[in-house]
Amino acid sequence: MRSSYLPIAIAVAVLAVLPLGTSSNTTLNFLSFALIVALAAQGWNILGGYGGQFSFGHAAFFGTGAYGMALLQVRFGINPWLALPLATLMGAAVGAAIGALSFRARLRGSYFALVTLAFAEVFRILANAWGFTGGAAGVLVPLRIEAANMQFADRATFYWLVLACVAAGLVLTQAMARARFGAWLVAVRENEEAARALGVDSLAVKLRAITLSSGITALAGGLYAQKFLYLDAGIAYGSWISVEALLAPIIGGLGTVFGPLVGALVLLGLGEATKIALGHALGGAVPGVDLVVFGVLLILCVAFAPRGLLGLGANVRRLLRRPV
Amino acid sequence: MLPLDIFLSAMANGLMMGAVYALVALGLTLVYGVLHIINFAHGATLTAAMYAVYVAHAALGVDPYLALPGLAAIFFALGYMVQRWVIGPASHGDDSNILLVTLGLSIIMENALLAGFRSDTRSIDVPYGFSVVEVGNLFLSTPKLVAFAGSFVVAALLWLLLARTDTGRAIRAVAKEKTGAALVGVRVEHIYAVTFGLGAACLAVAACLLMPTFLVNPRIGNAFVLVAFTIVVLGGMGSIPGALIGGLFVGVVESLSGLYLGESLGQIGIFLIFILVLLARPTGLFGARA
Repeated sequence: MRSSYLPIAIAVAVLAVLPLGTSSNTTLNFLSFALIVALAAQGWNILGGYGGQFSFGHAAFFGTGAYGMALLQVRFGINPWLALPLATLMGAAVGAAIGALSFRARLRGSYFALVTLAFAEVFRILANAWGFTGGAAGVLVPLRIEAANMQFADRATFYWLVLACVAAGLVLTQAMARARFGAWLVAVRENEEAARALGVDSLAVKLRAITLSSGITALAGGLYAQKFLYLDAGIAYGSWISVEALLAPIIGGLGTVFGPLVGALVLLGLGEATKIALGHALGGAVPGVDLVVFGVLLILCVAFAPRGLLGLGANVRRLLRRPV
Repeated sequence: MLPLDIFLSAMANGLMMGAVYALVALGLTLVYGVLHIINFAHGATLTAAMYAVYVAHAALGVDPYLALPGLAAIFFALGYMVQRWVIGPASHGDDSNILLVTLGLSIIMENALLAGFRSDTRSIDVPYGFSVVEVGNLFLSTPKLVAFAGSFVVAALLWLLLARTDTGRAIRAVAKEKTGAALVGVRVEHIYAVTFGLGAACLAVAACLLMPTFLVNPRIGNAFVLVAFTIVVLGGMGSIPGALIGGLFVGVVESLSGLYLGESLGQIGIFLIFILVLLARPTGLFGARA
């Protein structure tokens, strides 16, 4: 049983030594950003991958975590080390509320996707119009570099902080998948009526899943705010994060422990490579090309690799192991 | 101007905008009614159609209204091919896969347009762009009135097609019972693709009617698609009269909440209606099916 945590330890160890090989700030910024997206995707994967409830609006949770983190510091003078867990709880509360409303109304499938999308849009419009959140100008977290203030002179330190959160997400997902709750959640995904007939309280299971899911995504939002120290409604509640949090698990492997992490690294790595390659070829940055690649990958995955890259990997291993 | 006149002109503008919303929603509701899926690429397709109108006018000098029949035909063909050879095969007949494939298509189209045209907002300049018709104390924009009338003509044509033609009968048969339709010789894949093509053609018409008074940028479709989803949910998924009435209603709500709440909060009225209808009555106000 314990040995199932070994792959997690190895993966985290590999990711932890990466900053030692580079001193480039661009690389470190990219890695931190990729891990923040991976964390948001881990949150999405609990509800979407294990629970089968596809949310198109995880930006609502990411943004709440991000704004919570920034506003608790700027407006209330709360220390970031306390603000981060508080922001996570705020995101989880928003998730629980949206879940209670939509799951009680028995929304699923496309309807659930639509209602989450609409909630994220409402949050975006409100954050854009309200003075408390800084309106369209956004919020700026003042620069004060000291460890007590969760701002580090060395970019690697923040990367390790994000990595620690991703590691916690991996362990949590693994523990959940092995626990009774994980089995209930998968049962609800596979056949909700059958699960209910066997005595699974599907509403309670889905509510717990969305609360956990939104909390993890909100944590990613809080880290994002602290990393870039600036937010506006289009960043925090924008559809980009809803889309990337959903793409990463689907491309990596839906409902698997490593799927979101693998998916986020591959997705953002490929996006960055395309941007650089095309930028060189055409002599200037072309906006949007990385996202075109994401869209193509999504369709290819749905068409040819329904279990994602990890599923493809398992198939290849099985082929190799087959006696000749 | 008297406050009453301001109110009436907001109402009239809302109704005219609402008719175009209804046209966008018609395509969405038709596809939902037959394929039982939500086409997330609908907004991006509208954006693509608006750029097509823009290019036709800017590069070839074709008036939007003259471009209408040609563009409708081209978009019908594109919609047909995309459903027949991309969405159908890629989704293996699974609903949530269709959702994801259309999401992927919308990401590709939106960002390909962004890469090609950059994020600049563009508009076309037609001689009748600012002409108005005077009704009482109100000045109504002529191109918007044309769009209002055009939307009803398209809805009527669509209704005729569905009610009076063999293809229409086949579409209705597939919508009700696709296995049964297949058994009596209807080519279900073909009908799916035709329906998808009709949805895309509705968008081409909407784009031609919109462009004389509207602007286009790579993200413009998003503004319409959420509104169209609201209308479709409000009017009942798959219902043509529902889409028309829902469109007009949402147009008026948007215009009035913009008047009373201000520009930035104006859109929120629509989303709140959307969420409330979804939570309280997901089959819509006119929808019969659960």
